Order: sequence, then structure tokens, then C-alpha cells
Amino acid sequence: MAKIKIKISNLYKVFGDNPKAAMEHVRNGATKQSLLDDHRHVLGLRDINIDIPEKKIKVVMGLSGSGKSTLIRHINRLIEPTEGQVIVDGEDVLAMSQEELREFRRHKSSMVFQKFALLPHRTVAQNAAYGLTIQGIAEGEAAERAQRWIDRVGLGGFENHFPAQLSGGMQQRVGLARALATDAEILLMDEAFSALDPLIRTDMQDILLDLQEELHKTIVFITHDLDEALRIGDQIAILRDGESIQQGDPQDIILRPADDYISDFIKDINRGRVIEVRSVMAKAARASGPKLPMDTALEDALQTLASVGKDTGTVVDHDGKTIGKIDINAAITAMARPDRGTSQPRYK
Amino acid sequence: MDFFAEFPEMGRQDLRDFKKGIDASFREFSRTYGEAIETFFEPLLWFLVWLEKLLTNAPWPIVIIVICALAWLGSRSWKLVAGTAAAFLVIGYLGMWEDTMATLAIISVATMLCIVLGIPLGILMARSNRVQSAITPVLDIMQTIPSFVYLIPVVMLLGIGKVPGLIAVCIYAIPPIVRLTNLGIRLVDKEVLEAADAFGADYRQRLFGVQIPLALPNIFAGVNQTIMMSLAMVVIASMIGVKGLGLPVLRAISNQYLALGLLNGLAIVTLAIIFDRVSQEYGRRLQAHRQGADHG
Repeated sequence: MAKIKIKISNLYKVFGDNPKAAMEHVRNGATKQSLLDDHRHVLGLRDINIDIPEKKIKVVMGLSGSGKSTLIRHINRLIEPTEGQVIVDGEDVLAMSQEELREFRRHKSSMVFQKFALLPHRTVAQNAAYGLTIQGIAEGEAAERAQRWIDRVGLGGFENHFPAQLSGGMQQRVGLARALATDAEILLMDEAFSALDPLIRTDMQDILLDLQEELHKTIVFITHDLDEALRIGDQIAILRDGESIQQGDPQDIILRPADDYISDFIKDINRGRVIEVRSVMAKAARASGPKLPMDTALEDALQTLASVGKDTGTVVDHDGKTIGKIDINAAITAMARPDRGTSQPRYK
Repeated sequence: MDFFAEFPEMGRQDLRDFKKGIDASFREFSRTYGEAIETFFEPLLWFLVWLEKLLTNAPWPIVIIVICALAWLGSRSWKLVAGTAAAFLVIGYLGMWEDTMATLAIISVATMLCIVLGIPLGILMARSNRVQSAITPVLDIMQTIPSFVYLIPVVMLLGIGKVPGLIAVCIYAIPPIVRLTNLGIRLVDKEVLEAADAFGADYRQRLFGVQIPLALPNIFAGVNQTIMMSLAMVVIASMIGVKGLGLPVLRAISNQYLALGLLNGLAIVTLAIIFDRVSQEYGRRLQAHRQGADHG
């Protein structure tokens, strides 16, 4: 298990005039609705416990009003919690003084926003260098360091444009370059691609995954889009009404939904593309049939099996060692929607 | 029934004493502090006199060239520059050169003073709702109270002259810049501010790097309004000893000189139009980045 970079524990957020008093009701079991109806306070987050592993992408997913944007703003304390802890590298962000917090925001974390939030009066180059100028680095050096990221996100040649002259996708590339330029270890992405067209969004996801290959940042990615969550998340946490209802890797979420809400959520997912053979295989030291790397998607595995006319395949790990076998029927069962009369697939 | 027929007034004697009391205490105040306040404003007077002398003593072609250059810098429009030159030539030809220069001097100083005081005040208002609710009624009073009413204490305090005139102009002209600075800063996109916070901007970096630049179009609209309003005050200010285009207008009113009043009035209008067009054009250029034009 990777090292935990950010540890969020027992985090509560109540919005309203007197959140401390309202916390009493929350502890006594008030729901979001009853808190609003009876006490005129909004429950933003309830008892959130999330560990974010170092150098991984953790996706926090939920529909609007689920508290996901509130949650991410607690990590760099753009929002003050009502109760709880946010520990980053062993240091409690919530206990920091204003000075320490500024240092934290300048050097340790950076953020990408849904609506880009670029400075309209600054050029692409100046925007990308923004975090560096805030750190107090001279314009010249900041521009030089930011240039690398402008090129990296594919905006070379647009340095002197203003944000208003760029398309949404290009503006968000500026947002990404600005966040990367500070070399912060933590990247907070608040629905960063949600405002973009589907095609551009996929593009941006590719850019992000590509960058992550070489940068290995700790990324917290907020989204309401399950496909996006499954595509880029190493781990996913699902939020509803301010509560975390399931956490796990994408395979877990698809194969073992914690409740009906999540089952409902994932029912339209292309299971064959998300579920990997490792989740469906039976453990075995030896097996027959074509070799399939463990993270092959089921639909690709089926195609391979069908093309060679075999009923079983050999699942191998990254080193090519056999770790299990996959049966064509098990694969088909796993791909079928569980709510269409098939029982839950058995695995491992 | 008497009670309803006649308003239950305060006793005549009491009322007289009340008014007398106020007058006496203010007179006392102006006797004690008048001189100190006058000394305080002395640098302003020097500056005003210096600028007026500069404008009236400099050879007129040079003044016109400088004014045209400023118009060009502000607007980048040859049409406007040509119009400005023509307007000043006509004004001079009709014998209003010196008065116009005096007016120009007091307007410039008043505008500078309003900017220097008004923008920080607006920033302060934008920072806290409490300050805003304290200052807003004061601004309302300054804008609605008949100007003659506040001329009285100003004259009692500082007598007749340039400085009281200048203060009267500023009282009347400062509200828009304060209001629009406050409004502009409050209207700054919350998300951009949040981004500044997320990257660890401190108060100064937020203010000068984000809030003021983004509020600039509004602040500039405030400057424009301030200039317009101080031009409107020129006539009234001339009642308490400010030289300039207002003085002949005043004379025209009391003597029914139609032509004199008309010409000087039109000169004020001309100044107003030039100031307005140049500053608006400048304000538009400040916002060029918003348009998405200028690809290249």
C-alpha cells in the first residue's frame, strides 16, 4: 500500500449562522433534510474519512449538492471546517497559522478550477506564471519556468494571447499549466474538465494521465461524471448528501456496489471496458489458453479468446507470471448488468 | 382640537437658541481650528496656484499641443485629437482662454484629490460591510444636499477663495468614484479571487494583482463621473471665489447677459465632452483583453 499523503478524518462542515450549535443536532442524528427544515443550517459534509495515497489519482465523485467541491476546498482550507482534521504529510492543515497556510498553498498544493478562473487581464504566459509570481519569483525567471509547462500542455505560440481569446479547452490547459508550474506535490482538480465538450474532455484526460505518468503527483480529482472517474481514478470515493458512501478502486465500485444508490449509478456503465480480467479470474498457478495481462479489459479479453477459439485464458501479471485463469462464461457473467436478473458474479 | 390643527412646534425662543447654539459652537470651532485647517490645505493651494499659473502663462500653442498629446495618449483617436484642438482654438478665439485654463486647473486638481481620497475609501468599503453601511449614507448626503448648504460651513471655516472652492467641488464630485470603486471590487469574479487564494496570494497580491485590475473599468467609470460632476460644480464654486468659466456665467445670470452666459456655458460643455470622450475611450482600451479581438 502506498504512503498516505493526505488524511482526512472525521470532517464535518455545517453552513449557517451558528454551525457549532447545529453540530449538536448532527451528532444526534439529524439528516441533511431535517437539519435544513428544523434548524436552517445546511449540512455540507458529515463524518468524512478519506485517505489519499501519495502519487495516485483519487477521484471524489458525486452529484451536485453531494459536497464534493466543499470537500476539496478543505484540503487547502479555502473553506474552514466545522470539525475534523486534514493531515497532509503529518501536518494538520487546519491548525496552520495564516502565514503557514499561505506557504502551504504557495508551495505544496495547487488547484485547477471548473470555470478556469484565469486572470482575464493577464496573458497566457503571465497566467501560467501566476503561482510563481505569487511566490515572489522575479517575472523573468517565472516566465522561463512557466514556459516549459505552456509547451507541455500544447499551448506554445499562444503565450501572448489573453484568456478571452482562447477556447474553453485551451483555457483549461492554461489552468493546468498554472497549477503545474509551481511544482507542488498536490494537485487539486475541482471538476476541472466538467465545463468542456466531451471530445475536449477526453483530450484533457489524456493529457492529465500522460503528465501523471512522468510527474507522479498526488491528485485529488472531483467529478460528477462516472466515466471520467473510472477512466482516470486509481481510487474512487463516492459522496452523497455530504457523506462518503463507498471508497475503493474502480473495479471494487463496479463489482461490489455498496448500496442501491451506487448500483443505480453504475448501471449504464460499459462494464466490459472497465472491469479487468484480474477482478474476474480464478486464482491459479497454471492455466491454459492465450496469455492476458491482468489489467486487460473484459471486452478485449473476450475478443482475444474468441479470435483463438478458446474458452479459457491465462492471466499474467506485469512480469508475465501466471496468476490465474479466466473462464469465458465468468467474463460474460461479469459483463452482464447485475440488475437484469443475473446474480452477482463471483471473483477471486 | 388645537393639537391637530396646528403642528406642535418647538418654542420659538428654544428654536432660536438651538440654532444660535449650533452657529456659535461652529464659529467657535472655526476660530480655534480655522487657521490650522488653512495651513493644512496650504500645499493644495500652492499646487493649484502653480498649475493655474503654468497653464495661463505658458504660450497657448504649447498648451494646446500638450492637451492634444494627452487626448491622443488617452484615446488613440485622431478624430478626437482634431476635435480637441479645434475646440480649444475656438475657445481662445472667443476670448475665454484664461478662464478656461483656470477651470482646467481646478478640475485637474479636484479630480486628482478625488482619486487620491476616493479610491482608498472605496477599497475600504469593499473590504467590510460595516464600513460600507457607515459610508453609504454620508455619500448620499454629499450628493443630495443642496451645494449652497455646505458652502456655508466651508466658507465660515476657510473664507472665500480657491481652497474652499476646491473643497466644495470635491464634496460634490467624490461620491461616484468611491461608490464605483467599492462596486467594482465587490463585483470581481469570486472564482478568480478563490484562485488567487488557492495559490497563496496575500492581501496586497489579491488587491493589486486581482481586485483593482479587474475593477478598473468600474473605477474608471467613477473617475469619468467625478470629472463630469466637478465641471458641473464650477459655476457654484465661482460664487465663493474660484476663478474660471463659472465667474462670467455668474455675472451673466445677475446681469442678464445672454451671450456671455451662453458662450461660457458652452465652453464648460465643450470641456466636459472632451474629458468624457477621452476618458471613456481610455477606459475601453483598458478592457481590450475582454473582447477576444486582436488575434495574432
